[in-house]
Amino acid sequence: MSAEHLPERAEVLRLAQLSVSFRTATGLVSAAQEVTLSVARGECLGVVGASGAGKSVSFLALLGLLPPNAYVQGSAQFCGAELLGAAARALDRLRGASIGMVFQDPMTSLTPHLTIGKQIAEVVVRHRGVSWAAGRARGEALLTRVHVTDPGRRMGQYPHELSGGMRQRAMIAIALACEPQLLIADEPTTSLDVTIQAQILALLAELKREQGMAMVLITHDLGAVAGVADRVAVMRGGRVIETGPVGVVLKRPRDPYTRALVDCAPQLAPERAPMPDTALAGSEPPLRAVALSLTDVSVEFPVGARWFGRAARLSALRQVSLELAAGESLGVVGESGSGKSTLVRATLQLLRPTTGRVVWMGAALGELPAGELRALRKDLQIIFQDPLGSLDPRLTVGEIVAEPLLVQAPQLTATARAAETAAVLERVGLPARLTGRYPHELSGGECQRVGIARAMILKPRLLVCDEPVSALDTPTQQQIVSLLADLKRESGLSLLFVSHNLALVQRLCERVLVLYLGRMMELGPASQLYAQPLHPYTRELLGAVPIPDPELQPARLSRVLAGEPPSPLNPPSGCAYRTRCPHAIPVCREKVPAWEAVDGARRVACHRWREL
Amino acid sequence: MSEAAVPGGLWRRAGRQLAGNTATRLALTVLILIALVALLGPLWSPWRFDQLDWQHLAVPPGRLAAHWLGTDRLGRDLYVRTLYGVRVSLLISVLASLVSLVIGVTWGAVAGFAGGRTDEWMMRFVDVLYSLPYLFIVIILTTLFQRGSIVVLLLAIGAVGWLTTARIVRGETLALKRREFIEAARALGLSNSSIVVRHIVPNLLGPVAVYATLTIPQMIIFEGFLSFLGLGVQEPHASLGNLINVGAQEMQSAPWMLLTPATFLVVLLICLNVLGDALRDALDPHER
Repeated sequence: MSAEHLPERAEVLRLAQLSVSFRTATGLVSAAQEVTLSVARGECLGVVGASGAGKSVSFLALLGLLPPNAYVQGSAQFCGAELLGAAARALDRLRGASIGMVFQDPMTSLTPHLTIGKQIAEVVVRHRGVSWAAGRARGEALLTRVHVTDPGRRMGQYPHELSGGMRQRAMIAIALACEPQLLIADEPTTSLDVTIQAQILALLAELKREQGMAMVLITHDLGAVAGVADRVAVMRGGRVIETGPVGVVLKRPRDPYTRALVDCAPQLAPERAPMPDTALAGSEPPLRAVALSLTDVSVEFPVGARWFGRAARLSALRQVSLELAAGESLGVVGESGSGKSTLVRATLQLLRPTTGRVVWMGAALGELPAGELRALRKDLQIIFQDPLGSLDPRLTVGEIVAEPLLVQAPQLTATARAAETAAVLERVGLPARLTGRYPHELSGGECQRVGIARAMILKPRLLVCDEPVSALDTPTQQQIVSLLADLKRESGLSLLFVSHNLALVQRLCERVLVLYLGRMMELGPASQLYAQPLHPYTRELLGAVPIPDPELQPARLSRVLAGEPPSPLNPPSGCAYRTRCPHAIPVCREKVPAWEAVDGARRVACHRWREL
Repeated sequence: MSEAAVPGGLWRRAGRQLAGNTATRLALTVLILIALVALLGPLWSPWRFDQLDWQHLAVPPGRLAAHWLGTDRLGRDLYVRTLYGVRVSLLISVLASLVSLVIGVTWGAVAGFAGGRTDEWMMRFVDVLYSLPYLFIVIILTTLFQRGSIVVLLLAIGAVGWLTTARIVRGETLALKRREFIEAARALGLSNSSIVVRHIVPNLLGPVAVYATLTIPQMIIFEGFLSFLGLGVQEPHASLGNLINVGAQEMQSAPWMLLTPATFLVVLLICLNVLGDALRDALDPHER
C-alpha cells in the first residue's frame, strides 16, 4: 500500500496497516486488512464500499468497540496517541469526548427509557464534570445547533416520541456534546427517507464547515459522499483499494471496482438518453387494456382503541384512484407515512380498504369470497422491504420458493415442483447449491432474490414491490432493479413499484404517482415528471435525491428544505403539504386542491402549479 | 457475522451447541440412565413394588443383599419402590407437560393469530381459570372422580399447566404475526389455518421446547406435592412424592426411607433444569 499523501493540516486520526480478524468456530475470518488512512482537521473522509467491505469494522476497532473475539493488529493514532491496546479508562475518556460516534439506527442507539435531554446532558456531565443543570442547558443549545425544532420540549421527550430524522439529529447532538475533534458517522442516513437523508447530510456538511472538526463518513451511498466528503477511500473485501480527493475518485476512478460503484449509483438522469429498462416509457400506454384499477380507495386505522371509549381514526390513505395497464409499470413515491405501504396492502387486499374499490381484470377484489380471492392471488404477487424478515426462518430456500406451488398448484408432483424451483432460482441468479440453505445464511441481496423467486414462480401478472431495495446497499440495489426490469420485460407483467427514492423509480417505471400523507400529489409519465415536476413536493423529492457528483451535490444539499411530514393523526387543513411548502399562500390553508388533469396524461393537486 | 458462520437449521444448530457443552451432555446422560434404570431396574429384583417381606421390616440399606436399598415399615423393597416411583413421576410429568403443551399451544396460537374479540374472550377465559386456586380445582377433580387415579391426576395437573403455555404462546404469536413472512404467506393465498400450521407453530416450537423442558421438573414437584398431601398417587402405588411423604414421617428412625427417593428427585430436577437452560441458550435468537 503506497504511503498516503500527507495533507498540510494537522492529522487527527491515522490508521496504519490496521488489520482486523475474528476468531470463529470455523477459524480466523479476516474482516479488514492493512487499512491505511488518515483524516486531518476540518476534513471529511468518506469511506465507501458494499456491506462487508470492512468499513465499520476498521473504525469500531480503533474505538475498542469490537466483540471480544476480534483480533486487531497495526496502529491507530489519534492526535499522536496510540489507541490500539490503550487502557479501557483512557478509551472511555476519548469516546464521547474527543471522538463522537453517530450510528446507523438512531432508534437502537438511543436508550429507550431515558429522555433525549437526559441522554445529551449525561455526556456533558460525564466528560466535563459540570452540574446537571449546566448539562441540560448545553443540551438545549446543542439541539438548537442541529436544527431540532422546539428543543425545550424535545429535551423532555423519549426516543420513541421523535421521528427518525429527529432521533438522528439528537444522536448527532450527543456526538457533538463535548466538541469532539473527530466525528465518526457510520451509515448515518441509511435507514432514513431521502428527504430526511438530505437534511442530515446537509447538517453534517454544515457542521464540518463551521466546527472545523475532522469527520469520517462511512456509507455505501456515493451520493452522500459526494455532498459532504473532501476525500474518499473505497474499500472492498477488507482492503482500501483507492483513495483520493472526492472530485478525482468519483469523476475519474482508477480502480475498475470504483468505476463500477460510480456507474451503479442511482442518479437522476433527465438529460441522459433513456436506458434500455425505460425504453417503453412514453410509448402508447393508453392502447393497453387496464388490468388494475383503484377507485377512491381510502384506508383508516382506529388508533388507541380500548374496551370503552371511541378510538381516534388515522387516515392512512385518502381517496386514491389509479389505473395500471397490463405490462405497465407504475412507481409510487413518498416519504414514510405517505401511505405507500398501505396502498400496496390495500391493492392486494392484505388489508381491507375502508372505502373504495380495487378491481383486477374486471373482478372487484373486495367483494370476492375468500376462496376465490385466495385462488386469484397467484396473479398478484408481492416483494417485501425486509429481505430476511419476509422469509420464514424455519424453511430452506428450496421450501420457501416451492411453497407457492404447494398452495396454488397442489396437483404438481414433487419432481415437477423441484424442477420449477430450480428453474426460477436460476432465473433470479441464485446458484442451485443455496437450495438447502436457511435464510439467515444468505446475504441481504440473496434473500431478496429468494423473495423474488417466490413471487415469480407462479408467473404472476401483477408484481407489487414494497421498497424492495431500501434495505440493501447500492451495488445490490442496482442488481435487484436490473433483475426486476428483466423479469418485467420477459414476462410482460404489470409492476407497482414503491420507493421513497425517485432515482430508483426512474429506472423501472413508465409512470409515477407521488403520495404525501396518504393523498395524491402528482401523477404523470416518468419522463415528463422528472424533467418538469409540477408539484412543489415532487420538486422537493427530486432535490433530495443524492447524486454522486461532487461538483453538483454540495450545492444541492445547501438547497435542501427543512421540515418533516406532520402526524397523519392531525393532518393540516386544506392542502396537506402546505406546512412544508415554500410557496404556500392563504388559499392552501383553506381549500383542498383539486386533482386537476394537465395536458392529458398528467394530474396534479396544487393550487399554484400554473404559476410555479 | 457469527450468525452467517453457523450453517444448518435452528434445531441442527441447537443440537450442535448442546452437544458441545459438557454440563449438558452429563445431564442428558444421567437423565437417560435414570430413565433406563427406572424402566429395566426392577426386572433384576425378585420383589414387586407392593410385595411385603414380613421377615425384614425397616431394614437399612446395605444390610441385606436381597434389599440393598433397604425396606420400609411394611417390609417392601425400597429399591423397587423408588424406581417404580421414578417411573410414575416421570410418566405423569411428561404426559402432563404434553397435555398442557397441546392445549396451550393450540389455544395461544389461535387466540394470538385471530386477535380482536376472539383473542379477548379466549384470554379472559384463561385469566378466570388463573384466578381460581388451582389446589381447589385439583381437590374437586380428585374427589369427584377416583382418588389416586393417574388419569385424573394427569387431567388435574394438565388443566393447570396449559394456562401459562397459552400465555407464552399467544405473546410469541402476536410477535410472529407482524413479521413480513406471515404477510408473504397470506399474499401467496394460504388460508388462515394453513398459516398457523405451516408458519406460526413451527416458529413457536423453539420457545415452547424450552418452556416444556423447564415445566417437566415443575410437574414432578407438583405431582410430589399433591401426593404428599394425599391427593396424588395412593398407596400401595408409589411415586416420588408419596415415597418422600412416607419417608418424612420416619425421618428420625429410618432416614434412608426419605433420602433414597429425595436423592432421585433432586438429581432428576437438576438434570432437567440444566437441560432446559442449555436449550434456552441454544434456541435464543439473541445468543446465536
